[in-house]
Amino acid sequence: MKRTLKRSNAPIFWALFGAGGMLSALLGPILVFITGLAVPLAMLLPADTMSYANMLAFAQNIIGKGFIFAIISLFLWHAAHRIFHSLHDIGIHAGIVAKLICYGGAMVATLITAYTLLAIGF
Amino acid sequence: MSKRRPYVRPMAGWWRKNPFFVEYMIHEGTALFVAAYALILLTGLVYLSRGEAAWNVWLEGLKNPWYIAFHWLTLAAMCYHTYTWFKIMPRTMPPVVVGGKRLPDFAITGSGLAVAATASLAMLGLVWGMAR
Repeated sequence: MKRTLKRSNAPIFWALFGAGGMLSALLGPILVFITGLAVPLAMLLPADTMSYANMLAFAQNIIGKGFIFAIISLFLWHAAHRIFHSLHDIGIHAGIVAKLICYGGAMVATLITAYTLLAIGF
Repeated sequence: MSKRRPYVRPMAGWWRKNPFFVEYMIHEGTALFVAAYALILLTGLVYLSRGEAAWNVWLEGLKNPWYIAFHWLTLAAMCYHTYTWFKIMPRTMPPVVVGGKRLPDFAITGSGLAVAATASLAMLGLVWGMAR
């Protein structure tokens, strides 16, 4: 019997997948509606909802920062995990290269999000 | 290297033959829209960090008819993701036992969808209140 079992890293990716999946299930549709449709088409919401002043204030607020970070990074970790596990189904070998592209992409985007949020300041 | 060439059953399009798998591929496919939307937001964040002129360029860009059409499509995909996420939840979460009986699937799916609807309305109200 093996004395030291190698711990799997799967639970970490699965937890990020689950968190992002839950967040996007709860808020994804309304966020797409607000930022992608209501504001550009000037319906339902005030015209200056996403003005520079409003959005800068939101991104400088600590809660706003946390919200933006959670939405962008968790959405991407969710998608990366799901896409990675669907590769086999469409006939692409889900090996180490695919894993690096999927999870690596989410990691890079997460770091860019964090860096940009810090650069925007408090 | 072996010179033998064993028969490999062709797998292309296997999922198109069974409605169950077609549905599976569509709900897995929503991940592409979730990723695309997150990247749109990330682009917006980067433009925001570059000042007012840059931000306005990004905001104007959203009015492009192609972007609008894409967002309608993304909205549909997101709604489908929400629906399937909670439809599958009875199988992805540990069984909930209430009063010695297992909570039925429709109760889990139903409460999930109800929470999503409430959260969406709260979010819309919050944004409306903050922007006013």
